Amino acid sequence: MTELASKTPQVVESSATAGPLGLTGWRARLAANRGTEAGPLPVILGLVVVWIFFQTQNSNFLSSRNLSNLVLQMAVTAILSIAVVLVLLAGEIDLSLGSVTGVTSALLGVLLTNDHWSAAAAIATTLVLGLGIGLLQGLVTVFVGVPSFIVTLGGFLAWAGLQLALIGPEGDLPVTNGTVTAIANDYLAPWVAWTLAGAVIAVIVALEVLRYASWRRVQVKPPSVIQTGFRVASVTIGLLAVVAYLNDNFGVPYLLVLLLGLAAVLGWVTRRTLFGRYIYAVGGNIEASRRAGVPVPTVRVAVLGLSGFLGGIAGIVSTSSLYATSAGVGGSVLLLEAIAAAVIGGVSMSGGRGRIYQGLLGALLIASIVNGLDLLGQAASTEDIATGVILVLAVSIDSFNRRRRAASGA
Amino acid sequence: MSSSPSNSPTPFLELRDISKRYGSVLALSGVNLTVASGEVVALVGDNGAGKSTLVKAIAGTHRAEGTILIEGREVKLTNPHAAYAIGIATVYQDLALCENLDVVANLFLGRELARPPLFGYLKRLSVPEMERMASDTLKSLSVRLPSLRRPVALLSGGQRQAVAVAKALLWGSKLVTLDEPTAALGSEQTAQVLELIRRLADQGQAVLFISHNLQDVFAVADRICVLRLGTNAGTFERRTTTMDQVVAAMTGGLTMAVGQ
Repeated sequence: MTELASKTPQVVESSATAGPLGLTGWRARLAANRGTEAGPLPVILGLVVVWIFFQTQNSNFLSSRNLSNLVLQMAVTAILSIAVVLVLLAGEIDLSLGSVTGVTSALLGVLLTNDHWSAAAAIATTLVLGLGIGLLQGLVTVFVGVPSFIVTLGGFLAWAGLQLALIGPEGDLPVTNGTVTAIANDYLAPWVAWTLAGAVIAVIVALEVLRYASWRRVQVKPPSVIQTGFRVASVTIGLLAVVAYLNDNFGVPYLLVLLLGLAAVLGWVTRRTLFGRYIYAVGGNIEASRRAGVPVPTVRVAVLGLSGFLGGIAGIVSTSSLYATSAGVGGSVLLLEAIAAAVIGGVSMSGGRGRIYQGLLGALLIASIVNGLDLLGQAASTEDIATGVILVLAVSIDSFNRRRRAASGA
Repeated sequence: MSSSPSNSPTPFLELRDISKRYGSVLALSGVNLTVASGEVVALVGDNGAGKSTLVKAIAGTHRAEGTILIEGREVKLTNPHAAYAIGIATVYQDLALCENLDVVANLFLGRELARPPLFGYLKRLSVPEMERMASDTLKSLSVRLPSLRRPVALLSGGQRQAVAVAKALLWGSKLVTLDEPTAALGSEQTAQVLELIRRLADQGQAVLFISHNLQDVFAVADRICVLRLGTNAGTFERRTTTMDQVVAAMTGGLTMAVGQ
């Protein structure tokens, strides 16, 4: 017995060291080349694999019509995943997002259907509610000193309760206001889509040219022109291709403009502004940030407030796409999907590492799987299982990377 | 024992009769210390000798009783910001770097250069200007890094120490206090950091170097100030002192050295 026990581990050990050693060297080299971020590479590869797979199984998958449908399906999760990325970057978490979506959706329904408000006033009030909830949670987190995990967990329960109270005993409210329902169900006219795409491309190019001019002014070697050129070119081609392809059918959904617009604006804010730098700093090392004079409390409150605001937008989109609000809108599954999307996109759970657009990519991957399995006539159970497996895979990649960072002398 | 060096009549920093009490424990009792510009003073002592407490008093994080003179004038260092404004920079052992941010971002953390059109926290970062200043400062210290655009997480321990020191220098410090900068480093990186300390002093900075590695201390310090149980146990000119004398002062006076 003892002999066996002493022998077995030896065998296991020798076979275990052979493989990972080679892998470690490979990963270390990759780390040196790419910096320490997990990056969007895994999720992009995942998307390619998933899209090829479903397209070979059902040729309708990549049709203009289905892609347009995909945008609608992913919209609410995608908006929330942007919010999740934002809070994760600052080293916080917002577990209330699902319920914020629910309660803001309910408020919008009540204002429009029961109180006959105008669309503009109702939407503005709804956004204020989302922002207010987020700021409240942020203030409690920072000034009472309760971790955001707990504050927003409480919020998750409380706002769901408020949602039920708002909707009342019926359990649902139809919403017929044309302006509101158009948000998730209408499309840009083809020429508007082309003009918008052209304008966006022009702005991107202009900003990059100005950026390079400012590098030259101080005579510092600017970032690689090839990399920037590749990025600008892929955005340009992607944008034009999407517009051309979607214009074939219904056109470009408003929702796609909203999603890309939110991601672009928040992406710019996080990467290029003072506020964005503070978010990454606080998420990276909160104590060092405090000592360096970064306004840590303001940043944390603002990020959680912004998260609530995005929850409000998700509530509006949700109401619009359903032509109604109900007690079932939002909730825990939506929240967990949004967190999964951010993590699948390559955003680190431990703070300070990731990009806004990675949330969109993660949400797109989840929605693609659900949509594809739908097309193949698979049951919802299969969709849930697939999403779950992908999530664990993605988090494994994250912890893999974290260990790599630790090994490289962090 | 000796007084302050002859080349500088008024030292940059002079501590007179500094005492600090934590409850019933007397952590510092009547400590004197001077650090002149262009001079490296090593502060040595056993664990619990009061080194950290003294550093915190100088950094403004802890208030202590006694007189603190900066360039001959009495000052009150009531908080870290006041100390910083006077030109006292403290590099703590944990370095206080954001490992996810690149070198430039860390050097400018909390003091970023930013420009309109938007206002407040939405100002755009002036990354090129910051990189220019950062690379100039690092060059003046002869610090070579693979790239200023890589996250600090990818740097070695010695390089991180250099970044933390450069951060102090970039903001116009006149006294740099380094708390055990070589404690976590290998021999090669230790040598680099010691060189860096020497260069700081050669640039005219006053340097206070806390360590309990006497080899490092003898490699770089001009004077060695020994603390023992919260009191001065001697100040030595490095050139005229042996390591045994300093050890004797650290561990309890000359009797022990004689005994051996």
